[in-house]
Amino acid sequence: MSTEITHDGHDAHDDHDHHGPAKGLMRWVFTTNHKDIGTLYLWLAFIMLLYGGSMAMVIRLELFQPGLQWVEPHFFNQMTTMHGLVMVFGAIMPAFVGLANWLIPMMIGAPDMALPRMNNWSFWILPFAFTMLASTTFMEGGAPAFGWTFYAPLSTTFAPDTTDFFIFAVHLMGISSVMGAINVIATILNMRAPGMTLMKMPLFVWTWLITAYLLIAVMPVLAGAVTMMLTDRHFGTSFFDAAGGGDPVMFQHVFWFFGHPEVYIMILPAFGIISAIIPTFARKPLFGYSSMVYATASIAILSFMVWAHHMFTTGMPVAGELYFMYATILISVPTGVKVFNWVTTMWKGSMTFETPMLWALGFIVMFTIGGFSGLMLGVAPVDTQYHDTYFVVAHFHYVLVTGALYSIIAAFYYWVPKWTGHMYDEKLGKIHFWWSTIAVNVLFFPQHFLGLAGMPRRIPDYSLQFAEFNMISSIGGFAFGLAQVFFLYIVIKTIKGGVKATDRVWEGATGLEFEHLPSPPPYHSFTEAPPVK
Amino acid sequence: MIFNKLCRRFSVIVGGLVSMLSMSAARAEYELNMTQGVTPISRELYSLHMLVFWVCVVIGVVVFAAMAWSIIYHRKSKGAQAANFHESTTVEIIWTVVPLIILIGIAIPATGTLLDLEDAKTDADITVQVTGIQWKWKYTFVDDDVSFISSLAQSSRDVIKDPIGNENYLLEVDKPLVLPVGKKIRFLFHSNDVIHAWWVPELAVKQDSVPGFINDSWATIDEPGVYRGQCAELCGKDHGFMPIVVNAVSEPEYEAWLAGMKSEAAAAASAADQEWSMQDLLAKGETVYQANCAACHGPTGAGIPGAFPAMTGSAIATGAAEDHINIVVNGKTGSAMSAFKTQLNDVDIAAVITYERNSLGNSVGDIVQPSAIKNAR
Repeated sequence: MSTEITHDGHDAHDDHDHHGPAKGLMRWVFTTNHKDIGTLYLWLAFIMLLYGGSMAMVIRLELFQPGLQWVEPHFFNQMTTMHGLVMVFGAIMPAFVGLANWLIPMMIGAPDMALPRMNNWSFWILPFAFTMLASTTFMEGGAPAFGWTFYAPLSTTFAPDTTDFFIFAVHLMGISSVMGAINVIATILNMRAPGMTLMKMPLFVWTWLITAYLLIAVMPVLAGAVTMMLTDRHFGTSFFDAAGGGDPVMFQHVFWFFGHPEVYIMILPAFGIISAIIPTFARKPLFGYSSMVYATASIAILSFMVWAHHMFTTGMPVAGELYFMYATILISVPTGVKVFNWVTTMWKGSMTFETPMLWALGFIVMFTIGGFSGLMLGVAPVDTQYHDTYFVVAHFHYVLVTGALYSIIAAFYYWVPKWTGHMYDEKLGKIHFWWSTIAVNVLFFPQHFLGLAGMPRRIPDYSLQFAEFNMISSIGGFAFGLAQVFFLYIVIKTIKGGVKATDRVWEGATGLEFEHLPSPPPYHSFTEAPPVK
Repeated sequence: MIFNKLCRRFSVIVGGLVSMLSMSAARAEYELNMTQGVTPISRELYSLHMLVFWVCVVIGVVVFAAMAWSIIYHRKSKGAQAANFHESTTVEIIWTVVPLIILIGIAIPATGTLLDLEDAKTDADITVQVTGIQWKWKYTFVDDDVSFISSLAQSSRDVIKDPIGNENYLLEVDKPLVLPVGKKIRFLFHSNDVIHAWWVPELAVKQDSVPGFINDSWATIDEPGVYRGQCAELCGKDHGFMPIVVNAVSEPEYEAWLAGMKSEAAAAASAADQEWSMQDLLAKGETVYQANCAACHGPTGAGIPGAFPAMTGSAIATGAAEDHINIVVNGKTGSAMSAFKTQLNDVDIAAVITYERNSLGNSVGDIVQPSAIKNAR
């Protein structure tokens, strides 16, 4: 029944124009459609990826050889700070929200998101927030230069006036994220098709449900941190000012109470994506579905209890260090379960290696490497040597670039034929994968060595023994950056045209979006609930 | 076969990288791994690091081998038929419990090492207070009343545009910290402004210096030598330019150094009682300015608009001398301007104020004598 409607929905929407998109630019400004808003989020994320990436290029250029050749230290610090902020809040998070918008209604058999007007608002806050943040680069005093972790008092007493723009921008991003999260929860809990019980939901939906709760729990904590900064800066409080009886280390506790769940916000949806792609191309159901759900929930709960492992050198009592060490290394258990489940899903499958599968396999291998270095960092005494070095930089880029970003790119290749009705160019997709994967390892793997050999992070210049690996890393960086410009070309080419995708798209694909919707799907996904087996 | 093609591509890349590395090995030394260091703790950390590393390698080999096996043998192009198993509680329990046991195996030695690492309070022979200041370190030998500031050496500052060939570039200071070998040294960490972190890899000491707090750590250095480190916590513009040099020497050498520092301090105190000429103050002032003030106010006094005020034509540097003395001696609360009375002696402060008022584009014409600073303290 529903399949009939949706099958001709695409061609028919011109006759029923209240079902189709509005025309012109205003379509995008006023849209309440989950697909349009998903597209907006994804484009914003891509623009931010290129913006944040261009700042990474400045960083790698300055670090290409020892000595200060290109930028001043103050500007370098602005680059590292803005790179981090833009990539975390502008690229990775909006990309996942964009994927959630596009996919969750289609995956659970809903016509749209539960709260479409709020959906519009939560997107349109972001361009203003990032414009405001980016504009500080051109102001007197410059952009934030205190690291994306903005530790007080460097970000309060010692920061330029432009910091207030940063504070307001972070508030806006937080409001946007919380609204997006409320929308995801409301949609998943209220709008599932009959028969779609929680334990039948695709893992992407499950991971996003859990992520949304994490967002609602911790974005207000971040808002609290920046508000305390604001009152410290302007209204005479001393939350973080030791001279007034405050505590600079408390800032770090508050920040990481947000910050650690935040890193899981950036990786849990990735787990959902990989759990969709691997079974499709192994032509075998996901191994251990329920253990995957429980593992995700365990990771989310543990993420609230490990924050101070970012602070082993701040002078915590030894009992605190012991607790946070044990809790932290414990996270590798549910994370390991996930990796083992993926590997077992592939075992005795009938595998093919289309582009999305390549990115997913790249994810598993390199995310696991990032997980190993994470385990090493979690061992508190040795963290004395790793902390704040390039070893940490290598670690979190393995989990965020070859983890989170790889999953987003995998998701693009996996679902873009469904979204646009066009197959991407398989050859270009494979070139994109191999180019990126070689470059990203040339870029980040040597940074492990740099960190172990003693190179601190966030320095614009370094002593001569670090020269070789920095140069190699920079070469990898430029190549990786260029690969994502190539990706932009692939994206535009795919949107403009290509071989017509089938409704199923992939031989082994399962899920409502592949089984019950045409490619591309109609403007409103399911006007009637699909049958759920 | 795609796989064979990929293998070939990989070997080309890896081969290229290896040859690149061996080429550079000829040009400069570099390390791939953590230092074993020169203290009992640093060696413990190294072996713990290697233990966790090898655990990761073994797990990685098993997991990636299983993956590779599937990728090679369970591919559709080889005619593999997909099985349909997708659940096994037993297997899930096994791969929850086995990693848990491995983690306990890591946690036990890690706990012991951590307790050793944190044992700074018992039986310290020498206590050194380390104060982080944007962007230099101040060392105070608590029991000996010796105190000095250590900042990036001029030899590094001079070649910042083209440092190739400069030995110990960015890892050289004007006054190194001298410590005796074989003694338990307790470090107390504190900060004057923002959070810094004092890190010397060979000593396995990395501890944040936090304003308003005193943290501690310790080291017993086994071998004489020069050990270099850097600030490890982003502390503003010149975070990358506040190195640490520890010169570990035998005990008699250390005692001699300590005595030398004391007589130097006494000489500086008597110099403060003399009248100084404008010329001498300007000459000394320039050195002090470049080492202590130029980082923010600029080598030519231009400052950084919006972040740090200019010296040239500033209301303070061209206004009443008392106000100028006051801000240099006591700092400005709520700003990055620190109180230099804790960092510089009377002569240095008098010289730098005189320099600022009569150079960098200013020409007030007055002389500030060390005695005026003494009174202002």
